[in-house]
Order: sequence, then C-alpha cells, then structure tokens
Amino acid sequence: MAGISLDKVGKVYSGNTRAVAGVDLDVQDGEFIVLVGPSGCGKSTLLRMVAGLETVSEGTIRIGDRIVNDMEPADRDIAMVFQNYALYPHMSVFDNLAYGLRNRGTPKAEIVRRVQEGARMLGLEPYLQRRPRALSGGQRQRVAMGRAIVREPAAFLFDEPLSNLDAKLRASMRLEIRLLQRRLGTTALYVTHDQVEAMTLADRLVVLNGGRVEQIGTPLQVYRNPASTFVAGFMGAPPMNLLPAAALPGLGPAATIIGFRPEDAVIDPAGEITLDVLAVEELGAQRLIHGRINGEPATLVFPAETEIGESLRLSIPASALRRFDPATGRAIPG
Amino acid sequence: MVENRPFLNLLAHLVLMLGVAIVALPLWIAFVASTHGGNDFMSGLVPLWPGDRLVENYGQMLSSGVSTSGMPPVSRMLLNSLVMALAIAIGKISISILSAFAVVYFRFPFRMLAFWTIFVTLMLPVEVRIVPTYKVVADLGMLNSYAGLSIPLIASATATFLFRQVFLTMPDELTEAARIDGAGPMKFFRDILLPLSRTNIAALFVIMFIYGWNQYLWPLLITTDSSMYTIVAGIKRMADVSDAQPQWHLVMATAIMAALPPLLVVVGMQRLFIRGLVETEK
Repeated sequence: MAGISLDKVGKVYSGNTRAVAGVDLDVQDGEFIVLVGPSGCGKSTLLRMVAGLETVSEGTIRIGDRIVNDMEPADRDIAMVFQNYALYPHMSVFDNLAYGLRNRGTPKAEIVRRVQEGARMLGLEPYLQRRPRALSGGQRQRVAMGRAIVREPAAFLFDEPLSNLDAKLRASMRLEIRLLQRRLGTTALYVTHDQVEAMTLADRLVVLNGGRVEQIGTPLQVYRNPASTFVAGFMGAPPMNLLPAAALPGLGPAATIIGFRPEDAVIDPAGEITLDVLAVEELGAQRLIHGRINGEPATLVFPAETEIGESLRLSIPASALRRFDPATGRAIPG
Repeated sequence: MVENRPFLNLLAHLVLMLGVAIVALPLWIAFVASTHGGNDFMSGLVPLWPGDRLVENYGQMLSSGVSTSGMPPVSRMLLNSLVMALAIAIGKISISILSAFAVVYFRFPFRMLAFWTIFVTLMLPVEVRIVPTYKVVADLGMLNSYAGLSIPLIASATATFLFRQVFLTMPDELTEAARIDGAGPMKFFRDILLPLSRTNIAALFVIMFIYGWNQYLWPLLITTDSSMYTIVAGIKRMADVSDAQPQWHLVMATAIMAALPPLLVVVGMQRLFIRGLVETEK
C-alpha cells in the first residue's frame, strides 16, 4: 500500500508532439482517483507513465517513497487492468492469475492460496480451469481484475476497464470495482472517458484537457463548482448551460459567461427569464427540455409531470449561478 | 449461389475426376511398376494392374538396394533424407522465429536494415548461389555430412517474414501485461509467443519439411559417399545406369517409398496445418 505522487510530469513524443504537460497530483494511500477527459486528452498516457509502459519525459513519479521514473513496470509494485483485458489466451484462468506470481518466485502454496482467495472474491471459482475463450465478457473482465488483485500491489491502474462491456454489466461491474477497492484499501488510478463512471467511482476526480489538468476535486466539488467552462461542459449529462451574460440580463456583470445546471432552473410565473421550448425528451422519471433563452441554446431538466407549454417563465436561484471569464474560460470566484 | 442442377453436378464431378486422374495416374503407374518383375517392361507395354512382386521388390530395396550400381539400401537413404529434412525444418523455424522476435520486439540500430537484408535473400535461392556455397561448404570440410546437407539451406526469409506478420498481430496489451507480470523478454518469448504461434509453427514445419525432403540439386552436388545419399537424389542415380537396363521396378519402388514420409507428415499435421494458415483470431 502506498500513495502515488506526480511532480510536474510531462510527456513529449518524438517529433515534439506534447501529450501531457506539467501534471501535479498527490494520491493518498487507499484513495480512488479517476482521470477523466475526452479522447486524446493524455489521460491514458499519464496512466501508462505511472505503469512504466511509457517513458517519463519530464518531472518525477513516486510510488510510496520511491522514485520510479526509470524502473521496470514489474518492479513498481503496481497491477494494471487493460481495456481489452489482455488475458493470455493459451492459459487457463488459474494460470492467468498465477503467472505474475510465478515470475516473482512466490512459493507454490502461497500462489494457490492467493489465487483461490482472489477467485472466491470475484466469483471465478467454477472457471479456474477454463480458457479465457470459454468465458463471457464480464467473466474475462473479472479475470483481468483477479490478476491485479492476487498480486497484492501498492496500486491498481485501470485503463478504461469497462469500455468493452454492455451498459448493464458496466453499471454492476462499476459498483463491484468500487466495493472491492474499498475492501482491499488499495490505491487506485482509474482512466475513463465516461463521466458517469468518473462521478460514481472517484474519491477525487482529475479532469484533463489537452494534456493539462483542468481541475482536481471530489465529484461533487467538480460538479457544483467547475473550475472552467471546459469542466462545466464536460461533467454532467446534460452538461451545465453556459450562456453569455447578455442573454440573461440582471444575473451577472456583462462580458461574463453564466453557467447553471439544467436541474437548477425553477418554473416561476414571475420569473424574468423566458425559455422558448424547441423539443421535449422523455426520460421516464424526468423530462429534458431543449430550448432557447434570448436566442441562446439551453437544456433544462424537470420532473416528468411538469406541464410544458410553448414557452416557460423561469427563475434561477442566485446560489446556483456560476460565472466564467469568457477570455480564459476560468471560473470567476464569488 | 448454391445451385442444384443434375447436369451441373455431373459436370462438376467429371471435371474433378479428370483432375484426380491427371494427378493420380502417374502415381498409380509407379505403384503398378513397383510390383512387377524387371522383365515386364521390356516389351514396351506398361502393365496397368499390380503384379505379384510387391513384397519381394520392396524387401530387396529396403534391405540391400541395388548392389550392382553401388547404391546403399533405401532404408539408409530414407534415414539420410529424414535427418536432412528434420534438420532443415527445425533449423529454419528456430532461426526465423528468433530473428522475427528480434525484429518485432526490440529497438536496435539498423533494425529495419537487418530485416530488409533478410528479406532480400529471398531473391537468392540455393540454385543461384550454389557454386560459392559449395566452395564454402567444401572449405569447411562439410561435404558428405549431415551438417553440409542442412546448414546451407537453414536460413529462411519466408519464415522470418511469416513470423514477423504473426507477431505483429499479437495485441500490444499482451506484451504490456506480460511486462507488468514480470516476464523478461525471453520468458515472454517462451511463455506467451511460442504457445500462441503453435499453429503457425506447425504449418511452417509441414512446408519446410517437404521443402527439405525434396531437395535434389544440393544433395546431388555435395554427397559423393554413397552412405550419405538422400533418397530423392538417390533415385536419379539409380535410374542413371550405363551399359545395362534401368531396373524400373526397383526405381519405382524407391520412388513410392520416397513419396510416403511427406504424405505422412501432411496427413498427420493436417488439422494444425490448416488452422495455422487460416486462423486469425488471437
């Protein structure tokens, strides 16, 4: 068990392509950190640098109190779960789990004990003698997790481990990963582009964009107080509404961008804001209203039974409003 | 597109039977000839049905051979051919799989140059470089030896290229997972790559075994000691007699025996062989 600390970590590929720039991050022992961002934001590169699969161009990476920049992946005391599982197709589940331990010269009895325990934890016991080919996607995913668990590493690294599963399985595996990580108390770094996964799993989120950290914080902090228009637009489904202050007179100084979450608008006949309804999407428990406020697009969420006319009079509580600098995109405090 | 018309069925079968006949008739004639006595061919008419000398002819060839022409028994030549074919097949596979491993998984200076150099040797088959190769082998004192028979034929650009393609289709994550699992390069090679290339190795073994078995020019050139004759080159020497009738019945018996081992290898490894050629899933 150990924390991970990144100090001004950067990655430059040959040909001067910059993938990651100046990332500072302190992961506490036992913490679950999710790296989230759109594709190409450098989140996977960052994870692979921690794993030792990519060289570190700038800065230092520590796992526990050791600097691991030039260490082989096997010596870093980490375990990784890959998106496509990367199971050894010619080995049984048992051998897949045991391979890393054998390479480390773990005594046979200890290997059997750990593999049995890991298999029990993940419900893989009936499948130990099968080949990966004979398993379903969810079971393969479990084997990949098991391979990480039996190693008893200082940290788990997850590289979009749920992306290849169907939606239902993804939701249940998500919960399972969270519970497992809590129970084992092992530090985890988890990469995903799915912001629901990010919100539900993380102790703290790291939102990345263009190789830079946009914001680090708990899921609720990031959701309620996004540090930039990028974070505001990326986290949450539907995302935060971002409108020029000119479209919302009286809500903020001119020449700022005003943001509010779709669920924060209140129907108020005396309200000063008018939304022209364009379309209504039924989600069952909620209705999604797409429309325009003074010509600017906005999306709102209301309970299913709300009556929706041609246009709505709205008010937004002052506490729900966020302001951003239109030039830099950064949040304006207060 | 599957049509079921009696006429087309008949036509298809006729074409197939004709094809089989063209391939099989020479084999049949060779077999028939190997079961007759030596004088049955003097009339100029080739018999089309087996005679009564099968056991006798084959027995004679296996145990003593045609002593008058200085030929060793066929069993000796079969052994020589087997050793040569196995050495070539196994040698080719071991060398090419290792060079493909180096080319695909390691970054070293002049890596692509090395690969293309190997590739260019495709343009230099044995026949083209036979005189200089003979000189080298003779200077090394390897004439009339198994080493001389097999080593000059052991490098294979085709096999290197094939293994390279196989390795390129292995998912990168597998390599990375193995690295994280603490497998060094050679351990990765032994534990992951070799088992996963099993079917390709089998397919290549079949092809290379037959290639080695059918070698003709090279063994003919470097074996002067009759105890080192290989069977394919031996048949030629046997038919090539001066001042006497060629012993066609015995030559044909030898030819049939020479054709059997490659056949056994193909039949025995057929399933692996086909999987190795068509399998893409990793």
